[in-house]
Amino acid sequence: MDLSEIKKINIITGHYGCGKTNFAVNLALRLSDEAKKVSVVDLDIVNPYFRSADFKELFNRNNIQLAASVYANTNLDIPAITFDIERLSREDGYLIIDVGGDEAGAVALGRYKEIFKTLGDGNIQMLYVINSYRYLLKDPKDCVSLMREIESVSRLKCTALVNNSNLGTETTLKTVSDSLDYADKVSKLTGLSIKFTCVPEGKTLGINGEFPVKRYVKALWE
Amino acid sequence: MSERSLMKGNEALAEAAMRAGCKCFFGYPITPQTEISAYLAKKMSANGGLFLQAESEIAAINMVLGAASTGTRCMTSSSSPGISLKSEGISYIAASDLPCVIINVQRGGPGLGGIQPSQADYWQATKGLGHGDFHILVYAPASVQEMVDMAVNAFDKADQYRMPAMILADGLLGQMMEPVTFPEIKPMEYDKSWAASGHKNKREHNIINSLFLTPEVLENSVIERFERYRKIEETETDAEIYLCNDADIVVCAFGATARVAKSAVNLARGKGIKAGLFRPKTLWPFPVNELKDAVKTAKKILSVEMNMGQMIDDIKLATECKIPVSFFGRTGGVIPKPMEILDKIVDLGGDI
Repeated sequence: MDLSEIKKINIITGHYGCGKTNFAVNLALRLSDEAKKVSVVDLDIVNPYFRSADFKELFNRNNIQLAASVYANTNLDIPAITFDIERLSREDGYLIIDVGGDEAGAVALGRYKEIFKTLGDGNIQMLYVINSYRYLLKDPKDCVSLMREIESVSRLKCTALVNNSNLGTETTLKTVSDSLDYADKVSKLTGLSIKFTCVPEGKTLGINGEFPVKRYVKALWE
Repeated sequence: MSERSLMKGNEALAEAAMRAGCKCFFGYPITPQTEISAYLAKKMSANGGLFLQAESEIAAINMVLGAASTGTRCMTSSSSPGISLKSEGISYIAASDLPCVIINVQRGGPGLGGIQPSQADYWQATKGLGHGDFHILVYAPASVQEMVDMAVNAFDKADQYRMPAMILADGLLGQMMEPVTFPEIKPMEYDKSWAASGHKNKREHNIINSLFLTPEVLENSVIERFERYRKIEETETDAEIYLCNDADIVVCAFGATARVAKSAVNLARGKGIKAGLFRPKTLWPFPVNELKDAVKTAKKILSVEMNMGQMIDDIKLATECKIPVSFFGRTGGVIPKPMEILDKIVDLGGDI
């Protein structure tokens, strides 16, 4: 992987269900494969299900530090942040911040605007993850509107796109190639480049910025 | 091929309800069904319908009673404790012979319980969702696609039989993402001449009521309703039968648990154990004849549920206690794992 595409702080935002967590997990594992120090922050204060904190053991095995609310995966459904992002952002290594879905989830980010500012633009990127198969955002314009809402509440600007178009278990290479046009439209409308295009592990479309992903977010019966 | 979309169970259910012609939604927020309300709050009015967040579950179900009285397709959704609050209103709706759809995205109980998935409202849904002699139709989806298909069907059957229909989902189905396709929905026409929807002085006014002043009149209305129930028990059952033709052990499971159980059945087959799966899609009426068919070669039945074994009695009654029924379950919001179920199947398979 071209490490120059990864910044010290990588904020992952997007519509709920677009695959932010799966992308974050893949990114963290890729960095740890390169023997880099990585921390993942589960900043999802909106949805108590299917989140980065589910991968605690996987992260442990790979020496990835996880920062998540102590209430994650308990019955306490409250928007609490019980860890210190400021301290984490000043530590060595990479930080991947998995933000909750939609503009509601991105509210928690706004709190850190000033901290991120002191680190300098060169050290930080905010990736907007898109999935052309998500029902509510099939029109690229709706996808862009949501991005603007996320930017507005988080008080941060998205810096690039991640095309993570997928149909869960049914994802094939064609699923991804059929989504390229959609991703281009979102790119044109926003003026943001497509930094990564996620493809199923072991497959290739032969395009720039391919990012092979394994499906870690799974149902129990798989 | 029709277009595939990736959707969360709760979203898919909400979209399916709108497509099925649901024009009124009344609800009160509760995890893990929140996305249903959130989705309809965004989309319902643009779709020519009404979304209303009531001040409580009790208010919401009584709004359903009112809207259903006019013959309008309407719905409420909640999760376990919220459904208990609605039970008085559901009894009124059943007693008034009104169609409506009720969603229960079950969570751990009893009491406030927890927000993780559960199936511990089986008894409540199938045996006693409110006071008095009545039933409601209960559908148990096992995938996001079935959330869609069953929601559409529930509106039709509720109209056809003039009674409440429930989608008994759980937190796992509500929260998980899966690809779905929306079917072509053919609008069915049902006789709504009973509706209190304005008579414009052109007919006798209709009265929607559940209070009877004469015991014999009330008795007759209940007996008439139960005749309808008998017909439903004969015609409206549905089940999935998987690898049961030669099965020694038939695993019975509904909803999301059936997905886990199916993995376990496949693993058992891999070990040479003749296991099969019986999945009721309708919980009331319980698919009695389908189960009898499924267990023709079975020596043992294993019920797997996310509760303490609430379906066992229905299985025993359907099979006239001729085959021993064992049980494996997790409760309180814990989801059974395929390997745990496999271990139980292997245990049972030992002496066959």
